[in-house]
Amino acid sequence: MNSTLHPSERITQTSSPIARFSWAMADAWTITCRDLTHWRLRPGAVIVGWIFPVMIVLMFGLLFGGAIRVPNGGNYFEFLMPGMFATTMLFGLETTMIAVTTDASKGVTDRFRSLPMSASAVVLGRCIADLLNSIVGLALLIGTGLLLGWRWHAGMSAALAAVGLLLLLRFALLWIGIFFGLIAKGPESVTSVQILVWPISFLSNVFVNPSTMPSWLGAMAQWNPLSATTSAIRYLFRNPGWQAGSWISEHAVLMALVWPILLIAIFLPLSVRTYRRLNR
Amino acid sequence: MESRALAIAAHGVRKHYAGAKAGTGLNGFDLEVQSGTVCGLLGPNGAGKTTAVKILSTLLELDDGQACVAGFDVTTQARQVREHIGLVGQYAAVDEILTGRQNLVMFARLNHLSGHQAELRADALLEQFALTEAGKTPVSTFSGGMRRRLDLAASLIVSPSVLFVDEPTTGLDPAGRREVWTAIRSLVGAGTTVLLTTQYLEEADQLAHRICMLKEGRVIAEGTPDSLKSALGGDWLDIVLRPGVETATVAQIVKPVACGDIRIDTQINRISVPVTDRTRSLITVATALSEAGIEPEDLALRRPTLDEVFLHLTGSAEAENALEVAL
Repeated sequence: MNSTLHPSERITQTSSPIARFSWAMADAWTITCRDLTHWRLRPGAVIVGWIFPVMIVLMFGLLFGGAIRVPNGGNYFEFLMPGMFATTMLFGLETTMIAVTTDASKGVTDRFRSLPMSASAVVLGRCIADLLNSIVGLALLIGTGLLLGWRWHAGMSAALAAVGLLLLLRFALLWIGIFFGLIAKGPESVTSVQILVWPISFLSNVFVNPSTMPSWLGAMAQWNPLSATTSAIRYLFRNPGWQAGSWISEHAVLMALVWPILLIAIFLPLSVRTYRRLNR
Repeated sequence: MESRALAIAAHGVRKHYAGAKAGTGLNGFDLEVQSGTVCGLLGPNGAGKTTAVKILSTLLELDDGQACVAGFDVTTQARQVREHIGLVGQYAAVDEILTGRQNLVMFARLNHLSGHQAELRADALLEQFALTEAGKTPVSTFSGGMRRRLDLAASLIVSPSVLFVDEPTTGLDPAGRREVWTAIRSLVGAGTTVLLTTQYLEEADQLAHRICMLKEGRVIAEGTPDSLKSALGGDWLDIVLRPGVETATVAQIVKPVACGDIRIDTQINRISVPVTDRTRSLITVATALSEAGIEPEDLALRRPTLDEVFLHLTGSAEAENALEVAL
């Protein structure tokens, strides 16, 4: 009846840095599997999350597309898709925030924190799961784009580089989502972020040319990390884009690397630190 | 380093909260719990019970003072402390969406058991807590008592030296409460030290070897349930009168045997007399009543309840209100 397991029967008792690291990775993977199991048992929200960008593409492409002049002419989807890929990475922010906030408001987080597991494993596990989710979502959207006539024109390696930049942006936004998810007071406050996501995606070069905006807004739109990634992947896919001629649009690929790396450098340590000091 | 015989040793612990939680912190909290015993931390809402548990289980940093759990300092050796403790929170700290078994396997993996070992351990614990069948369904379908049992099972994946049980039966119905009590009792046999917080006096009385009464962030009384009860002046003799009999008259008759203030509850016609010599006072009162021609509805000796001890020690209307809410 009283079967017990003594602490010494744990596999690890060692505390060498390498062993600590490999256990942190193992813990993170355990958390990833937990998050994936959540989606398998309750697939509704994930599927909606995948379908939503597809609907947006259809909405813009079929409803607004006829009224928008494509730079240098051509198929509207050729122009629209790269922007939609980048925007979809931004939409992922909400999913992450909701998941993190919901988790933090539940007792299960207290148990994670009272276990001798790696403190960063919970946030890292969430990060891996969300990244896998985004890969599926992105694949679906790429498939949709191909069906609608969008193509890449610079070969497979440039296309893969573009996908890499998109996932790098998603990875950076993930840590923003985790950080704000941890400091949010509850699932309700996530709603405000959902509202903010829209102006951020419109205040960019995704849908319109920033040079048509008032100059100060146009400058903000050009410096938007979303614009950097969008310009970079338009270039890598050889899809039509705006020729603004400014420094930032000349160095789009560089900025599509610098922005996410800068965001990761800020928000990854902040998230881990906030998680460690979490107290409800 | 604290003595090994003490599973928990806290000295002068302070924790100050700002804002909405102000006043629920700790204010010079001292606690010593011997290995292998159950200590009940008792107090009204806001007395600092949960804060104490959070500090001792490394979830919260203390502002001042020192605390050791299982021989390790909670501030400087938090990781070692975590390897020796289990925590059962106020609410079941399990994943709602996963099944009971998936929860246990996951926590076993996070306790660094191998995949196979984790599954074996999960199945053994499900059986031990009578959850084998329920373990196949998501936790969201569990009853309150089942959730707490799963929660207990999750804290016992690797037998902890010290188990923190924070208000384990808050919000449970009587059946669920009994389920949890049975589960906790079965652990103590295995030599685990348990720190139990509760606002239910009956629960502390049922489960704890020693009781610490907490008020405004510090321990105001400490001892075995019996010694705390005795501290209040021994036993009580309750006399319940038939309708129509004057309580004041009877109070005059029994006054010679009382060793303190007699309490009269006119609503239920009951007179409670504090007595020191149990049987002699019972006989004296029975004889005196019989001579006066009064036949009481009920006449019984009893120990004071912990409620009475608590009210006596805290002695404020505020505590009384808090307890009424709690009870």
